[in-house]
Amino acid sequence: MYIQEQKDVETRISLEKEVVAEEMRRRYKVIVAKLGLDGHDRGAKVVARALRDAGFEVVYTGIRQTPEMVVNTAIQEDADVIGISLLSGAHMALVPMVLKLLREKGAGDIKVVVGGTIPPDDAEKLKEMGVAEVFPPDTPLSYIIKRVRELAEERRRS
Amino acid sequence: MRMSPEELLKRSFEGDLIALSRLLTLIEFPAETDPEIFSFIMRELMKRSGNAHVIGVTGNPGVGKSTLISKIISIYREKGSRVAVVSVDPSSPFSKGSFMGNRIRMQQHSQDPGVFIRSTATRGAKGGLGIGTTLLIEAFDGLGFDKIIIESVGAGQIDVDIQNVSHTTINVLIPGAGDEIQLLKAGLMEIGDIYVVNKSDKPEAEIIYKQLQELFESEKIESRTGWRPRIYKTSAVMGWGVDELTSGIEDHKRYLFENGGFKEIIRRRRVYSTKQYVKYIIENYIERYLDRVDKDLLEKISKGSIDPFTASLELVKKLITK
Repeated sequence: MYIQEQKDVETRISLEKEVVAEEMRRRYKVIVAKLGLDGHDRGAKVVARALRDAGFEVVYTGIRQTPEMVVNTAIQEDADVIGISLLSGAHMALVPMVLKLLREKGAGDIKVVVGGTIPPDDAEKLKEMGVAEVFPPDTPLSYIIKRVRELAEERRRS
Repeated sequence: MRMSPEELLKRSFEGDLIALSRLLTLIEFPAETDPEIFSFIMRELMKRSGNAHVIGVTGNPGVGKSTLISKIISIYREKGSRVAVVSVDPSSPFSKGSFMGNRIRMQQHSQDPGVFIRSTATRGAKGGLGIGTTLLIEAFDGLGFDKIIIESVGAGQIDVDIQNVSHTTINVLIPGAGDEIQLLKAGLMEIGDIYVVNKSDKPEAEIIYKQLQELFESEKIESRTGWRPRIYKTSAVMGWGVDELTSGIEDHKRYLFENGGFKEIIRRRRVYSTKQYVKYIIENYIERYLDRVDKDLLEKISKGSIDPFTASLELVKKLITK
């Protein structure tokens, strides 16, 4: 009896999966944010657009975001990955605040990547603190897309 | 971190933002969840829904919808209302990806726990809303939000779906985008309960304002719903006219309450939503059927040995008998 019921449910699920549109499937969602007092948004826009073209749903927050704004946005949007762009040199002050807030609010599963003018030493330190990936200048877009996808997959599995 | 459906609901009702956000994602993508669990969750939410005032904001791209919404949120927050925003941006027909930039104008509210903003992409839907939009409305309603503001995609003349889900539909216009002939066209210019001339810090705003007055305030023209559309001038960036607009929105809500329209619109929204899902599913089924199952028919259609209308009848017959 139980097994029959179980089977019925399974057939129903597979039927509905078959019938449901590709468009109704969940896509990876990424926040692209400019953190701190930094108006240089060309890079962030290029990356956001490349992610759009690679099939991601990108929420762009614009410039001059505080760590709290970025984290609250990511939580409300149920984002898989936060992409932070920083060219101001304030990365060692601001990025750890984002990581801390994410953990405090119970959203530590959201992956954080950082792009911009990050010296190699700092990049190492950021990774030790919990940043999943740092993309220095001249990182190919195809590599960014690949890594963001892998990280989003990882978050969905967690 | 996984939560049982009961746990997810309980925490969401308690105001846990992580749970609430996950709940919304689950609802936005019904196909990803076991149908039993999905209908359980929706049942729980819809028991409590039917109270929120749904405000639809539409208009062409770049007219200032998001900025205006941000100002409206501020006023409702002063009054103590809990506000949810569902902001729709287009999905790519090619990559299926989306660039969603409406939030930028509303980020001042990102630290306010009384405001919850969810960006959602159209995902193949036409008409100005996204596939998940109607279910998100039911969810926010059931979760106890007082005001649910729906921002359509930058709308074209036939993107009128927002009026199927909103109690109060606001059509935002700007000066300098065509003459009064555009205002006479069917579709988008028929659905507003309220028309807003935004960017009215520009001197030409007076022209379109007068044209709208002639169009809607003339006693000779009968109103479709019994409500005579209101017209407001705003400058969302400067913060002009938003107080007046918001009291106009509240007047409209009162009007709906007085004549029973409020509950009627909720009934209409649910029927509309159901029909939309049926359409998406059938539409997709046809796509798949033709591409994968009936390659012979597809070939005949492509070659031109059968005309599209005759082929469509054949296809419908096959689908119905299946």
